[in-house]
Amino acid sequence: MKPGEVVIVGAAETDEIGHVPTHSALRLNVESAVNAMNDAGVSIDDIDGIAGTGNYPIDVAHDLGIAPRWVDNTSVGGCSYLMHVRHAAAAIATGMASTVLITHGESGRSQNNQYPYQVEPFSPWGQYETPYGVGGMYSNFTIPVLRMMKETGLTHEQLASVPVAQRRWANLTPRAAQRDLITEEDVFASPMIAYPFHRLQCCLRTDGGGALVVTSAERARDLPGAAVHVLGTGEASEHPVVSQMGDFTSSRAFRTSSAEAFRQAGMSPEDIDHLMVYDAFAHLPIFGLEDLGFVGRGEAGAFIAEGHTSPGGQLPMNTNGGGLSYTHTGMYGMFAIQEAVRQVRGEAAAQVPGLRTSFVQGVGGMFMAAASLILANDVP
Amino acid sequence: MTDKPVPEPTPEALFFWERATAGELWIQRCTTTGKAFFYPRTYSPFVTGGPVEWFRASGDASLYSYIIDHRPPPGFGPGPNPIAVVELAEGPRMMTSLVDVDPVPEELILDMPLRVDFEERGDWAVPVFRPAAQEAAA
Repeated sequence: MKPGEVVIVGAAETDEIGHVPTHSALRLNVESAVNAMNDAGVSIDDIDGIAGTGNYPIDVAHDLGIAPRWVDNTSVGGCSYLMHVRHAAAAIATGMASTVLITHGESGRSQNNQYPYQVEPFSPWGQYETPYGVGGMYSNFTIPVLRMMKETGLTHEQLASVPVAQRRWANLTPRAAQRDLITEEDVFASPMIAYPFHRLQCCLRTDGGGALVVTSAERARDLPGAAVHVLGTGEASEHPVVSQMGDFTSSRAFRTSSAEAFRQAGMSPEDIDHLMVYDAFAHLPIFGLEDLGFVGRGEAGAFIAEGHTSPGGQLPMNTNGGGLSYTHTGMYGMFAIQEAVRQVRGEAAAQVPGLRTSFVQGVGGMFMAAASLILANDVP
Repeated sequence: MTDKPVPEPTPEALFFWERATAGELWIQRCTTTGKAFFYPRTYSPFVTGGPVEWFRASGDASLYSYIIDHRPPPGFGPGPNPIAVVELAEGPRMMTSLVDVDPVPEELILDMPLRVDFEERGDWAVPVFRPAAQEAAA
């Protein structure tokens, strides 16, 4: 696949996100799908590939009246949708599909006809984690951070600066669930969830959906939607349980997937104008900045605290407010892609002026998997 | 105690659970390289299809990282529940509970020495860890 040969030509979220108790998870999938097809200027007859997880892509395709010849149900947690884009790009480049619809819909807050997350007692989680009281994601996704603090010098204050920085973007974003500006003191004053993480350092739980239409750059020339070029993609998996993460200060999956995306694109961090790092919890942007190579080891905390990722900073990051402030349905990766597409198209609520390239880093499970996308408004 | 989730041993992990329930911590190592690993598997993760062997671990460990859960699930509350990852003296890491220690950061110092103990879960027992100094004093 040549960089930019495949494009995202349609991207849209559900009409409403946040608290949408009237909508089933399936409805959130199909509503965003119709919005994305309208955005792209394609019909159900143009779609010959379907991808998604949560709700089965078979269900979504049939519900919409789509007859796919290519199906991808890759299910590796919140970064699944980034992998769907990567797999769709490969399928389109090799002629296995021409136009792929990728959908996400999750009733994370209202649990309206939402498939539950289940941990079987025989799984690695069930045998080696849940017997110790691992309940919500906040009680295991967070566990590497004290080790990281000891080994890299990351401070509690720096970790508290992550939601503060992202709230500045959410403040500029009308659709964000939480928009009021906050301080580090507000973070420390919010209830303790899992030491050292306070509530404001943990993601929201919301309802919503998002969808993408992916096709070839050649086909997109005849379509009205603004094409966003996929310059590079990567993916990786590491472990089934966080206790087996090889290095608590650096994610191998982040390093592998991002290096592959940069290699494909022929780019390095200096070429990136905008960054989305999946932020289910406040430490993830720290891992992202360091493991992707935007800053050196142990430097990400200060980088964020000093405002370099905030509005006006040198590396705008999580410009919708992220999973901490914008929305987090459960598998947030779709919304990170949506914001990157909006920024590259120049139509984001908190638009970064002059932006050409965006890097999207997703995580699946508790550092179990990762996927990366490099998007651009043109082919270099 | 009965509210706490009970593991369902897989065939490849059955020996681990049987020994733990007898109050002994047994893990595996790669027969070819001698490297220990956790969790129990059919083959060595270091050599393609490589043979594995069981051995009884010393039970010594150190505190690698942890969180203190202030919203623990049924069976682990109402107080804060410390969930830790420990590094066994033999090298592998595992998730566990910390027992007989106040669940406050001042008492939970990374790299502090720990000693294995066991706690019932249904018909099985799971390895848990307590501060080593405390055991010496007891």
